[in-house]
Amino acid sequence: MSFPSKLIYLLLSLCLLAPTLALGAEEVNLYSARKEKLIKPLLDQFTEETGITVNLVTGKADALLQRLQSEGRNSPADLLITTDAGRLHRAKQAGVTQTVDSSVLNELVPVSFRDPEGHWYGLSLRARPILYVKGKVEPSTLSSYESLADPRWKGNICIRSSNNIYNQSLVASMIAANGVEATEQWASALVKNFARPPKGGDRDQIKAAAAGICDIAIVNTYYLAGMLTSKDAAQREAAEKMAVYWPNQQGRGAHFNISGASVTLAAKNRNNAIRLLEYLVSKDSQAWYAKTNGEYPVRSDVEPGELLKSWGEFKMDTLNMGRLGELNPDAVRLMDRAGWK
Amino acid sequence: MQEAVEKTISPSGISLRVNAWGISVVAIALLLSVPVLLVLSYLFEPAGEVWRHLADTVLQDYVTNSLLLMVGVAIGVLMLGVSTAWLTSMCQFPGRALFEWALLLPMAIPAYIIAYTYTGLFDFAGPVQTLLRDWTGWSYGDYWFPEIRSLEGAALMLSLVLYPYVYLLTRAAFLSQSICVLDVSRTLGNGPWRTFFSVALPLARPAIVAGLSLALMETLADYGTVQYFGVSTFTTGIFRTWFGLNNAAAAAQLSALLLLVVFALIIIEKGSRRHARYHHTTQRHQTLTRFQLNWKQSSMAFLICMGALFFGFLLPAGQLLWWALTTAEESLDGRFLSLITHSLLLAGGASLLALLLALFLSYGKRLFGSWPVQLSVRVAGMGYAIPGTVIAVGVVIPFAAFDNALDGWVREQFGWSTGLLFSGTLVALLFAYLVRFLAVSLQTVEAGLGKIRPTMDEVARSLGTGSGEIVSRVHIPMLKGSLMTALLLVFVDVLKELPATLILRPFNYNTLAVRAYELASDERLADASYAALTIVLVGILPVVLLSRSITRSRHAETA
Repeated sequence: MSFPSKLIYLLLSLCLLAPTLALGAEEVNLYSARKEKLIKPLLDQFTEETGITVNLVTGKADALLQRLQSEGRNSPADLLITTDAGRLHRAKQAGVTQTVDSSVLNELVPVSFRDPEGHWYGLSLRARPILYVKGKVEPSTLSSYESLADPRWKGNICIRSSNNIYNQSLVASMIAANGVEATEQWASALVKNFARPPKGGDRDQIKAAAAGICDIAIVNTYYLAGMLTSKDAAQREAAEKMAVYWPNQQGRGAHFNISGASVTLAAKNRNNAIRLLEYLVSKDSQAWYAKTNGEYPVRSDVEPGELLKSWGEFKMDTLNMGRLGELNPDAVRLMDRAGWK
Repeated sequence: MQEAVEKTISPSGISLRVNAWGISVVAIALLLSVPVLLVLSYLFEPAGEVWRHLADTVLQDYVTNSLLLMVGVAIGVLMLGVSTAWLTSMCQFPGRALFEWALLLPMAIPAYIIAYTYTGLFDFAGPVQTLLRDWTGWSYGDYWFPEIRSLEGAALMLSLVLYPYVYLLTRAAFLSQSICVLDVSRTLGNGPWRTFFSVALPLARPAIVAGLSLALMETLADYGTVQYFGVSTFTTGIFRTWFGLNNAAAAAQLSALLLLVVFALIIIEKGSRRHARYHHTTQRHQTLTRFQLNWKQSSMAFLICMGALFFGFLLPAGQLLWWALTTAEESLDGRFLSLITHSLLLAGGASLLALLLALFLSYGKRLFGSWPVQLSVRVAGMGYAIPGTVIAVGVVIPFAAFDNALDGWVREQFGWSTGLLFSGTLVALLFAYLVRFLAVSLQTVEAGLGKIRPTMDEVARSLGTGSGEIVSRVHIPMLKGSLMTALLLVFVDVLKELPATLILRPFNYNTLAVRAYELASDERLADASYAALTIVLVGILPVVLLSRSITRSRHAETA
């Protein structure tokens, strides 16, 4: 009898419990696919310097994008942060972003790492080169991603599942360079060279290579950096066996992805969102990405730190990141056909 | 006046209230079904030629792997859950009292976390195989070692953390079985084995099936484990189709297919039971005399229970503890307290709400089992088999649509904006928990209700007791064990829940599960260990309390 009223009471009190956003205070609201740990310190710094409160929800990019879409013009989010270019492109396609014309951003972020119309901007670079076990592979025998399809590497390559967005982006970049047909042939041959069915994350590929399952792994470099600076001796030992090879240096350059951000169409704190974006490409922030998570700065005038510098100079693929998003479905289908699990 | 009318038009004296109750049951059930129905509605949307592509390439893998995984988990949870339930409730052996509650502990470990710990231990690069190689001088390819990251491995991981569902429900059933029935079996010359197989087991069937179906639905919805192990199942396929191929319609259709499979399973099970009823014909209970096991049997019993406890809890929790103490860079800080508070608040609130709703719905079904009631309650409980992210999106869409419609209307009428009323609040999040976990409390409450004879209701009614009073004065005391079980199961499930929490939570609102996931998904397993361990610790207390109350409820019935 009394429980429906209790229910209503409970629901109401929970409504009130939800953080009420102070009216009038300067703030900016973030939907972030970047993990709290890898962005919160920068946000705190921003608040300290500007007095603007930053409210944060982290989550998976696709889910956040879906939430943004559903909420429409009433969405509280001002900024969407993702850790790959494909999702930024998708947000733009979905019509939930707006253009930003900031001379600071346009000057500091290279053209290939931002949307031509200003819908999104790259904030840090994530390199996916070839890693090999020192002493077991002669670097001169490596040349490009394409060359890994050579039968000489049979049973010798470790890479994670094609469910992973970084593999999808890599294949998308190859479709852009070589076309679907050639890339499909490449993928089928590559699958034949796998040391084992894909499983685990990027760190697992490094561990497998170090343990002798394969000599070559395709991995994002910040995982290597994370292992090299880990407190776990076993991880450090495994990572120290690996060397970085920058592929395709004679051609289009090594494959990179970005983490980046879009100002939402519904943004109510547009100016604050742009201020935050500009803050995230400032010299200090850029150096922080490199130091804390081993990512490369998006701007060329910031040093990436000793560890990253030790892996040498490289040429980057200058394909616009938006293409990775456009070609993503093609890449997934291609990998399905090639039997890349 | 009202009463007079009631009496004149309904000889039984209850049909007016019946209708009000029946209608509100259907209404509530429908409300909770919105996300599931939203998924099902995609069945009619053309998804283009993507189906051709799926059928040509990966669909067969998805189907085969999901089926094999279900079979594996079914075997695993039945063997572990039923045997331990029988041993701890019917046999006497050293350690029994401890196992009684400790066997529930694996439930507090999220499946993907146990997967990480086992990989850490038994993978090629892990300490076990490294030690083996150091001892023998073997290297890669020289020896065979079970591959933990495989379909079999995934079935094992899921069995280890899901068997407590079967254990808990089956044990409650064994405990409430009239001892007379078992005594009859014994006087007929049946030994403990025969009594078990020909009397106790068939009688406990509804409870076993309820536990099994919970475990299997959770298996179908699992994403974290299979994804990490590189096993392509329906769930990984749904996400690949949705996010990789960018085809939400086809992804929703895959989810809908999953639902149809679950629905079919439920119907088959119902059909196979036919008209068998499982309530007791007598209320006479005696103090349970457990089978006294001899030395040999005791050791066996101990080993079985210890095995489940060790592999399901001690080993993974030990690995987490080891990581926390040695290699974690993350440590406990002040913010941890708010994570714990948030987790407790959500889990407590959701489990209470789910229990109240389950009671309301299952009574509606019991009292007025017309087909609209039956069907709507059934559909409301389907959310458990759908991957959490799909359900979460199924919650986001209608809430946002409602908020925006309301906002639009108010803007038009009064010229100001209400903004989003429910979206991004705890209300939406709690609603999602209910949609996803109602099945758990429903199954548990229904399994408990199934044991109460309808004649008891009739007796109570003939004494002039109203429906509400029958519930509060007759059933609730008898159901106490089941109710506590339902409460605990949902509590622990919410504690571990991730996808819905991630996407629906308000700004700046984190939980233990979110923290554990963020670090683990960034491949910092050691750093995730603090949060994961805390989930386990927070989960242990209710587990212990519950186990006690179940044991006591047995005594209360006996008294």
